[in-house]
Amino acid sequence: MQKQPIVEVRDLVKLFGEHAVVDHVSFAVEPGEVFGLLGPNGAGKSTTIKILTTLLPPTSGYAAVVGFDVTKQPMPVRRRIGYVPQALSADGNLTGYENLLVFARLYDLPREERVPKAHEALKFMGLQDAADKLVRNYSGGMIRRLEVAQAMLHQPEVLFLDEPTVGLDPVARKAVWEHLEQLRKQSGMTIFLTTHYMEEADSLCDRVAIMHLGKIMAIGSPVELKASIGGDETTLDDVFTHYTGNMLESGGSYRDTAHTRRTARRLG
Amino acid sequence: MTQRTPAAPQDDLANTTQIGVLSSEERANPIAAIASFMEKTFTIVWLEVRKIRHDPTDIITRAVQPALWLLIFGEVFTRIRAIPTGGESYLDFMAPGILAQSVLFIAIFSGIAIIWERDLGIIHKFLTSPTPRGALVLGKGLAAGVRGLAQALIVYVLALLLGVHMNWNPLALLGVVIIVMLGATCFATFSLIIACLVKTRERFMGIGQVLTMPLFFASNAIYPIAIMPTWLQVIAVCNPLTYEVYALRSLMLAGGTITSGLIVDFAVMLVTAIVLVIIGAKLYPRVAM
Repeated sequence: MQKQPIVEVRDLVKLFGEHAVVDHVSFAVEPGEVFGLLGPNGAGKSTTIKILTTLLPPTSGYAAVVGFDVTKQPMPVRRRIGYVPQALSADGNLTGYENLLVFARLYDLPREERVPKAHEALKFMGLQDAADKLVRNYSGGMIRRLEVAQAMLHQPEVLFLDEPTVGLDPVARKAVWEHLEQLRKQSGMTIFLTTHYMEEADSLCDRVAIMHLGKIMAIGSPVELKASIGGDETTLDDVFTHYTGNMLESGGSYRDTAHTRRTARRLG
Repeated sequence: MTQRTPAAPQDDLANTTQIGVLSSEERANPIAAIASFMEKTFTIVWLEVRKIRHDPTDIITRAVQPALWLLIFGEVFTRIRAIPTGGESYLDFMAPGILAQSVLFIAIFSGIAIIWERDLGIIHKFLTSPTPRGALVLGKGLAAGVRGLAQALIVYVLALLLGVHMNWNPLALLGVVIIVMLGATCFATFSLIIACLVKTRERFMGIGQVLTMPLFFASNAIYPIAIMPTWLQVIAVCNPLTYEVYALRSLMLAGGTITSGLIVDFAVMLVTAIVLVIIGAKLYPRVAM
């Protein structure tokens, strides 16, 4: 018997006005996978993740997470997912511990488990020493790790990360990757991330889908994708260039750019 | 960490709505649903109160405005006796109006925080959690009420110093707390609705300014409705702030009596708050889109 996919997308369309940001996209993610959605800015990655996390209704098509339709049954979907948005989502005016406690309550963790779970998550992300510091005094990498801690507190079945390492320096980026890797090993959680760093996709993901102008151009494991275009010492960069026509710099509105820069500055 | 067993899947299956104040899974079990709704609401209030405690400067600087109104405007107008207050001193007449005003000012600009949180991404995280939208909205409103209570404390201290004849009956004080919370919820939610519609800080500030002054001056906060021209009286009667001031006047001042009017004031504000929270809950997810 075939395994039920944990994330299933069929013929998904999202129009903004006349413009199809997500254009008849279909894919499936298996339980326990680390799945990467790869593409240049403006490819439709964030829009896809917003639809899957119930933030944005699709124009047409079907999307299900853990077997629940994201438009018809958003509450059960929300209970089973964790989400780390691209922008900064931890509250700078609260301590790390308070940030976690709020979500422990909102996700209906049993009363007696809230405090121990919050501490456990902080420890797992290597933040126990900063627990009572205001988040606005955290470094960019610490904020990202706190956000991952927030999103995994209720042990979701799927963890969605939108550009988890954008704006981080290489050391902080590596720390985030290591924590995600460890999280996946220990919990068997499915991880769904978007990125435009090829290295990130190559080292973290079991499978990647390359998205460009709202369409999925290629899907497969990094090895398969590299093999598909042939040549010696092919990198995922080459694969990406092959499928997107070297459009790494394309897309992204004024607002997106401002947003990314702001995020980068704050995280930096 | 171990794999979690899914909680109460049978409840989940009943859910088909996204934007309601209560989801349909919760309609199936109303008592548990209301308890959960209230708990989530208080979580949002708790979070906002923690933020105030970490940085109380805002609360302190906000105290300047009511102080200026009472000390300068109040002291001058109480001497010229230009405004018919029905026997009481103008300062007495005005003190509840100034409390209502400072609560209004705090609440009406609370929507800007929503735009700020949207730009950061905080709202997205809340919206992907299994929290009823109504609880997120009501929580924000009640949190504005907590800030409003800080204003009430300041107004009471000033009133005491200026010799305003206050009613210190504990029941009346409790009534003031309730009215301040309710008034703040009304205007904070109104502000949230505007924030959801305009979506940018610049436009919000513009509209906030345009709305605040009419709300304040087209009310009975600093003069009685009776001296207004008829067209303005019509506006004042439709203005929730008028009912807040009426209620505060009968609760705050010595010699104020609990009349049926107070029940009407309370009912008008409660219905306004409920309607606004429902509208806010429908619009709130749009902020993240």
